[in-house]
Amino acid sequence: MVPLNLYLSLSAMLFTIGVVGVLTRRNAIIVFMSIELMLNSVNLTLVAFSSFLGDATGQMLVFFVITIAAAEAAIGLAIIIALFRNKQTVNIDEINLLKW
Amino acid sequence: MTFEEVFFYILAAGAIVSALLVITRRNPINSVIYLVLNFFFLAALYLTLKAQFIAIIQILVYAGAIMVLFMFVIMLLNLGDEKQLRDRVTWKQIVAIGLSLAFVMQVIYIVGFGETDGMDTISARAVEIGTVEYIGKELFSHYVLPIEAISVLIVLAVVGAIVLAKRKLD
Repeated sequence: MVPLNLYLSLSAMLFTIGVVGVLTRRNAIIVFMSIELMLNSVNLTLVAFSSFLGDATGQMLVFFVITIAAAEAAIGLAIIIALFRNKQTVNIDEINLLKW
Repeated sequence: MTFEEVFFYILAAGAIVSALLVITRRNPINSVIYLVLNFFFLAALYLTLKAQFIAIIQILVYAGAIMVLFMFVIMLLNLGDEKQLRDRVTWKQIVAIGLSLAFVMQVIYIVGFGETDGMDTISARAVEIGTVEYIGKELFSHYVLPIEAISVLIVLAVVGAIVLAKRKLD
């Protein structure tokens, strides 16, 4: 059988790939996709613990995380559309109205 | 190496490679397609953990609904390839990648080589709790208040998305 450690390591790697994507890419939509990657890696951790401990709470939490991700994607993409309409760009370096 | 381990390593490698491709492609459409691929690998990993319901939800909601939304927006905005991906490496990005690598090394050291009470096998109850029946019963008994709250949140998100993306409010 595959031990729990391997699932947790895989999840950490996927999370880090997501973090690198958020920190290095300048395209707002790709930053969003990296956030989805991070959410998914946390889901993998929760499902792994749920299965190995025999407790359903982890899977309930994953269900709610997926719902929140759907809501977040809808709102976030609406914000991106509104931004693009005003500034004609999705480059987050050029969207600096709130920057001090 | 057992069959299950080989299967896990194939899926894990696929998930990591597709995730790396997501964050390195210039064209956002390619990124979306690799992200869908990544979601399929993750769904298969959920199946190896005996979580059938979550695996199906992953494909239906994530790969089906959310990614279509992403693709719609990219096509609506008509985004092309990014001009500079590699020729503008700043010191911020180098620091970010270095810190991220340090983080993942720490986590892998802790969970991979540290003192853990080797949980080597999936619990016998995992098959039972992964089913639609069990999760449905739990959702509508213990988690009935959260699920009502989250349905209100979904309605708010739908209304909010329409309000935000609308051209003119009247």
